[in-house]
Amino acid sequence: MSDITRHDNRLGVWGWLGGGRWGVERYAYILHRLSGLGILSYFLMHIVVTSLRAWGIYLWVEGGFFHQPIFKFGEFLVYAAFAYHAFNGIRLVLVELGFAVGQPIEPIYPYKTSLNVQRPLLILMMVLAGILLVAGGYEFLGL
Amino acid sequence: MRETKYWTWHMAAGVVILLLLGLHMLTMHVGGITHLFAPQGGEATSKANSLFRDSSLFFTVTYILLLAVALYHGLYGLRTILFELTLKPATEKALTFVLLIAGLGLFGLGAWAAVAVHAVAGAAAG
Repeated sequence: MSDITRHDNRLGVWGWLGGGRWGVERYAYILHRLSGLGILSYFLMHIVVTSLRAWGIYLWVEGGFFHQPIFKFGEFLVYAAFAYHAFNGIRLVLVELGFAVGQPIEPIYPYKTSLNVQRPLLILMMVLAGILLVAGGYEFLGL
Repeated sequence: MRETKYWTWHMAAGVVILLLLGLHMLTMHVGGITHLFAPQGGEATSKANSLFRDSSLFFTVTYILLLAVALYHGLYGLRTILFELTLKPATEKALTFVLLIAGLGLFGLGAWAAVAVHAVAGAAAG
């Protein structure tokens, strides 16, 4: 850990949640964290619940404790979080690796931002996440 | 450099999760459209369909792989978020240790269950 430069995080939790004057990508980042924490909470419980099948206990099947509308709704929220987190995650990996942010240019006034260059990628990923969400909604509503 | 390596693993794990959890979601939660790996009919999550998948070596192996990469991705992500609170070095070490133990424990439980059910379901399938 000694190679990490430490800075005081004065903003605390507000620093996580507040987008300030940053663009829509900043809010996408906040939602990425929240959806990630939601998925993680579910996943840790999911491991324990599904491991019970080793003892012949299937709580999620018809007649089981988790086969109730409230849990079905919760499951849909997790599914929605997955759809968002997955497609936004693809965007984050692409941007991290330097794709879809344009070529580096000289910082000559008036400065140009790469945010506008990567915005179409954000829109594309949100459309794909929306399609997955609709497909899942169709399934959860039992249509 | 070490943290850069861990961060790269975090991204690589995300790509593996995308494939395996994508398959899991398409099987479990969009099964009404895809009809994947649910030959017994009814809900994809029914006991009969669960046992069918558990009897398959492909599913047992991919469940364990998904368990490992998802635990790493999730717990490392949580650690990253918590470290941004500028914790004391001793607290960071303790937190890393707790997350490591929790991850290994849950991996042990999930992997053991997948192997145990594979043996039972495989024997029942003949």
